[in-house]
Amino acid sequence: MTTKNMAPLIEKEQIDLLERLSNACGILSDVGEIRKIVLESIKPYCDDVHVDALGNVLAIRKAQQPDALRVMVAAHMDEVGFMVIEKEEGGLFRMLAVGGIDSRYLPGKPVLAGKDHIPGVIGAKPIHLMKKDEMKNTMELEDLRLDVGPDGGDKVKPGDPVYFATKFQQVGPSLMGKALDDRLGVASLISLIQHTPANIELLAAFTVQEEIGLRGARVAAYAFNPDLAIVMDSTPSYDLPTWDGSENIYYNTKLDAGPAIYVADTGTLSDPRLLQHLFKVASENNIPYQIRQPGKGGTDAGSIHRQRAGIPSVSISVPGRYAHSPVMISRFNDWKNTLTLVHTALAEMPKNILQRN
Amino acid sequence: MKELIRSLVETTGPSGYEMQVTELVKQLIKGTADEIKVDALGNLIARKGTLKKGGKRIMLSAHMDEIGLIATHVDENGFIRFTSNGGVFPVYLLGSRVRFLNGIEGVIGSESDSRDQAPAMNKCYIDVGAKDRESCPVKVGDMAIFVRPFVDLGARLVSKALDDRVGVAVLVETMKQLKDTPHELYCVFSVQEEVGCRGAMTAAYAVDAELGIALDVTRTGDTPKCTKMEVALGKGPAIKVRDSGMLSDPKVVRWMQETAEKEGIPYQLEILDAGSTDARMMQVSRAGMPAGVISIPCRYVHSPSEMVDYQDVLDSVKLLKALLSNPIDF
Repeated sequence: MTTKNMAPLIEKEQIDLLERLSNACGILSDVGEIRKIVLESIKPYCDDVHVDALGNVLAIRKAQQPDALRVMVAAHMDEVGFMVIEKEEGGLFRMLAVGGIDSRYLPGKPVLAGKDHIPGVIGAKPIHLMKKDEMKNTMELEDLRLDVGPDGGDKVKPGDPVYFATKFQQVGPSLMGKALDDRLGVASLISLIQHTPANIELLAAFTVQEEIGLRGARVAAYAFNPDLAIVMDSTPSYDLPTWDGSENIYYNTKLDAGPAIYVADTGTLSDPRLLQHLFKVASENNIPYQIRQPGKGGTDAGSIHRQRAGIPSVSISVPGRYAHSPVMISRFNDWKNTLTLVHTALAEMPKNILQRN
Repeated sequence: MKELIRSLVETTGPSGYEMQVTELVKQLIKGTADEIKVDALGNLIARKGTLKKGGKRIMLSAHMDEIGLIATHVDENGFIRFTSNGGVFPVYLLGSRVRFLNGIEGVIGSESDSRDQAPAMNKCYIDVGAKDRESCPVKVGDMAIFVRPFVDLGARLVSKALDDRVGVAVLVETMKQLKDTPHELYCVFSVQEEVGCRGAMTAAYAVDAELGIALDVTRTGDTPKCTKMEVALGKGPAIKVRDSGMLSDPKVVRWMQETAEKEGIPYQLEILDAGSTDARMMQVSRAGMPAGVISIPCRYVHSPSEMVDYQDVLDSVKLLKALLSNPIDF
């Protein structure tokens, strides 16, 4: 790699930033904690920053040369969590899932409720009292309660958000924490703003409401109306052995195999010109990558590419195990290579990339 | 028109990768349009005519893409697992042949030896004759289409991708035959219809028309013991009243019916339970527009052997040409 295109490094400062972002809490458009970190990190570097009507942070960093490509890069600030919907007696509350959550993950998990992060637990019957038949059944969210104790009961009310209480940690090659989907993308996008390649106009969108239907990205793309878009997200990795020892053919992505590039998912067919550029940049710069198995799932690209007269788009994710659970495990190296790939792809993006033969 | 249809269906263009069809259509419509461009997502948009008294800005849309498959995994023995690109029915998979964009062909097999039931898609694989993963010429993310030759049965035509290359053919032929129109026509050869009418959505935004007409196929109810439907091959173009994505504008339906009757063109009315077309995106684009569809009746839709009636195709051209030749008074 040449120095002129040197990608931003991930050092202690960036890890600390990821830790703060992962520990911060925010669902839907209620992402004030994350937005505050984003704004303080990017403001000195941007030519324009504003928070739009839905709560997206839209930041512009102009190019150092005329007639530059206007490239939107998006990462979502919201995480999956819950909303309190009904108060019962003794500090117990019923909850609703916000975003896709597997209720089998939930019993016994520590959580935080409301703006003041009132500590609580998602309660369930202990094994001592469980009958054999009951243990075979999945406990649905409607059978579970948020328990914040009698003292906490007065401090929580319907409509309050509830978050997993996991604290971020770096363990050897791994990053473990809640909401790495998509705080990894948020941290990467902050780095890109701080080290924007001179040849492109960066239109950075830190979006809201991704987990409930890619809603923030929709209005962000309409507002920016960019030439093209790159979405930085997190994607599940199910790269575990199969129980019968046969070859695992449905892993989605694999840890340590590099950034996951999307060809097709439920919402988007990635633009072939952008794909070819990414493959070329990765191989010329010896950046490892993998193709996310085409199939279900989606990113903000699903909204972005359909706006206005169409916006060529592609997504690149950091793979992570146990997505949408209280803790995800990703690899430092996959994150580093993702940031390097996107930065290098931007720095080496030919101005005529969208030209058709 | 048979050669036109043959050239279109024999071209490869899965959703998102319609470029070969785009190039062919560009050649086919040469000299018939005032302006041609390809937009950000790949829609080919040809403008024809300028507004005259009683004329409208009209968007016409026929989609270039066809359904296909995408490789999701190459196993250690060189077998390729896949998912669908557009609505592929598992029942048509077993024994089908496919071709990847790099020209490699393969056959579809399944895990189970039982041939009594159609296997689920995730139990099927593509065999391109590779010995192992390393030597397999296909990689994850590669796109494939179904291979099946065009067959001329005289009155009827059979091929893969008649959905919607026959619509493309109708639009191309109409552009050629239409010498005089009071309208400003935006003939859109759209992309990514089979994955959710995505191309038409952005093209409709760009064109910002006053009236939208899609040209697509619709299923029929004229085969043994099939689900009932009041559309049959050979009874003329179907004027869509509704499908699961839209209600055609009643004014448009009436206009199409009256024009067909005046011109002595046979037609049928279409009410489709499941499925939709580009028109659903046009109807709700920007501030909205009246929209309708001329459907070409088609048996075995989304199979590798779709069948249309040749006279229906000719009559669809006749109807579209008549519709576009005169001023519109609604």
